[in-house]
Amino acid sequence: MTRIDQTFARLKAEGRGGLVTFITAGDPDYETSLSMLKGLPAAGADIVELGMPFSDPMADGPAIQASSLRALKAGQNMKKTLSMVREFRKENQATPIVLMGYYNPIYVYGVDRFVTDASEAGADGLIIVDMPPEEDEELRPAAAGKGLNFIRLATPTTDARRLPAVLANTSGFVYYVSIAGITGTAAPDISSVGAHVARIKAHTDLPIAIGFGVKTPEQVRELAALAEGVVVGSALVASIAETLDENGQATAETKPKLLGLVEYLSEALHQLAEPRRSRAAAA
Amino acid sequence: MTTMTDALNTYRGGPDEHGHFGLFGGRYVAETLMPLILDLERAYNEAKADPEFQAELDSLNAHYSGRPSPLYFAERLTEHLGGAKIYFKRDELNHTGSHKINNCLGQIQLARRMGKTRIIAETGAGQHGVAVATVAARFGLPCEIYMGATDIERQKPNVFRMKLLGAKVNPVTSGSGTLKDAMNDALRDWVANVHDTFYIIGTVAGPHPYPAMVRDFQSVIGKETRAQMMEREGRLPDTLVACIGGGSNAMGLFHPFLDDRAVSIYGVEAGGYGIDVPNGHAASMTGGEPGVLHGNRTYLLQNDDGQILEGHSISAGLDYPGVGPEHSWLKDTGRVTYVAVTDKEALEAFQLCTRLEGIIPALEPSHALAYVRKLAPELPSDNLLVMNMCGRGDKDIFAVAEHLSMEM
Ligand SMILES: Cc1ncc(COP(=O)(O)O)c(C=O)c1O
Repeated sequence: MTRIDQTFARLKAEGRGGLVTFITAGDPDYETSLSMLKGLPAAGADIVELGMPFSDPMADGPAIQASSLRALKAGQNMKKTLSMVREFRKENQATPIVLMGYYNPIYVYGVDRFVTDASEAGADGLIIVDMPPEEDEELRPAAAGKGLNFIRLATPTTDARRLPAVLANTSGFVYYVSIAGITGTAAPDISSVGAHVARIKAHTDLPIAIGFGVKTPEQVRELAALAEGVVVGSALVASIAETLDENGQATAETKPKLLGLVEYLSEALHQLAEPRRSRAAAA
Repeated sequence: MTTMTDALNTYRGGPDEHGHFGLFGGRYVAETLMPLILDLERAYNEAKADPEFQAELDSLNAHYSGRPSPLYFAERLTEHLGGAKIYFKRDELNHTGSHKINNCLGQIQLARRMGKTRIIAETGAGQHGVAVATVAARFGLPCEIYMGATDIERQKPNVFRMKLLGAKVNPVTSGSGTLKDAMNDALRDWVANVHDTFYIIGTVAGPHPYPAMVRDFQSVIGKETRAQMMEREGRLPDTLVACIGGGSNAMGLFHPFLDDRAVSIYGVEAGGYGIDVPNGHAASMTGGEPGVLHGNRTYLLQNDDGQILEGHSISAGLDYPGVGPEHSWLKDTGRVTYVAVTDKEALEAFQLCTRLEGIIPALEPSHALAYVRKLAPELPSDNLLVMNMCGRGDKDIFAVAEHLSMEM
């Protein structure tokens, strides 16, 4: 059982959905980002997604684009991202870290070197946005060989023909992208998400986390009723952006504001920590 | 389906069924786009096999665009350089002023066949944007063009043309505000509007099937050149030269000749301030490393952390940090020789051609011409050299005036 499997087993026992939080490694700078990362579990994050910044994040909206560029400008690179994971793991053995990003920085770092270093640092899974099943053979088996979960994305356009291929070889959880679009733009339409998630559940026993466009506690609560986890990203990195000074530097507000927002969103999940019929039925 | 092992016998067999040219190419896109790209591939394969589709395209090429474009003997330039016999393939005479229309007519026909009702595109120099806006107007489809804010500034005449043609021009301010950023934003638009939108990519890059499809539509350049040269000289050319941005005009000229081993082929990249100047050029093959961007693996300008560099070229149309994957493969196999010339050399060639031939070339083919200046004098006078004059320079006169400190 990986740390991710254990986390979803615990959430099931607690009878609630998990909060998956996304921040970009190194945004707005290494130290602040590391300190926020370390604070996320206590603030209510059940799983941490850590973005590996990329200059050309094609699937991301303005908030995450800006966050990625802030990190790069502050000198973030793959080595530093992995070192953040290592530092986090020294203090926390329970909370899974999923590295999320685009393939090129991994390709240039070297696939074997990357999966070795990521696994040794204490990462638990990978989400590579621009690597559909058709292209992931060059990374997925290597990642699996080091015990890293390879989490694939299913989207509103993933039709019945493709779904089995997407779910095959996915491990840890399935990331359901709740809108046809980029991160942080449109709000998900709950009823259509429900139908899609039900279709995925008919094909897999893996937990499902729903993300893209989730901002409010209401959305978190509604989506958590449909799946095992809810991902919040753009709203969090936007809250980081709001606290920066005119030079883009972190202020005393940066960390408390981010962690406060995580606490606020996670309360929505703890309020409904009772077994729900939809979950029981699905399981 | 062809596999890459055939490459031992042919250089024209790619890509394989997964869209790979050896190490390069592929479909590195978000899952949201994957079903669309598969749809597009099916639709394109069907269209390709449909004689009516080709007939319609031939007719548009002939009567709307003005093909075939002439193969012109550049007599005074030949005399001046004193070597190879230089011909220009005059794709700058096409409707809208460049080779970009060849591809746009093909893709808009495909869009209509697929029932798509909205067109989007990226553009650098604005030549592709103008060609897209033109075919969208011709077929009555709404159209949005993504163009970097920096490029909007240096290619104003084309921005105005697109607007006149009814296109909405969306300035892109992310990143460096040039072609790569415009392509990012076009891809973002596509992901969000998959149900009704067709994305007309302007060069032989992007995810499979774009590199092969754009190449096929542009290959009309090389096919005509073959026939025209046979008629004029009774034999094939000895040397081909074309500029490389994403590589579509070059691939269009080169592809029909790849298996004629006696034909020497040169692709000319934008050397900007010089290949040795860090981030000062846009020569992805001469000065880059393989990586993955915009849906394919190819040579890229990037740093050692895999972050994409912005690059630089005087020519907005060549200012792209990547290159079509088939070129990357042709580079590694050694079939095509890739070189770079600087901004300064391109500007000199621009002026030379204008004065000697009475043809104002775009800054993009001025790069090809700058290399012809170096190459032709070393070749014997019976060497038949074809340079792709892929665009006219009207759009560039303001920028050139500024660089030469001339009053307009
Ligand atoms: C006249 C002209 N030539 C060349 C290019 C570069 O593109 P490609 O290398 O795909 O031909 C452009 C791009 O805008 C162009 O306008």
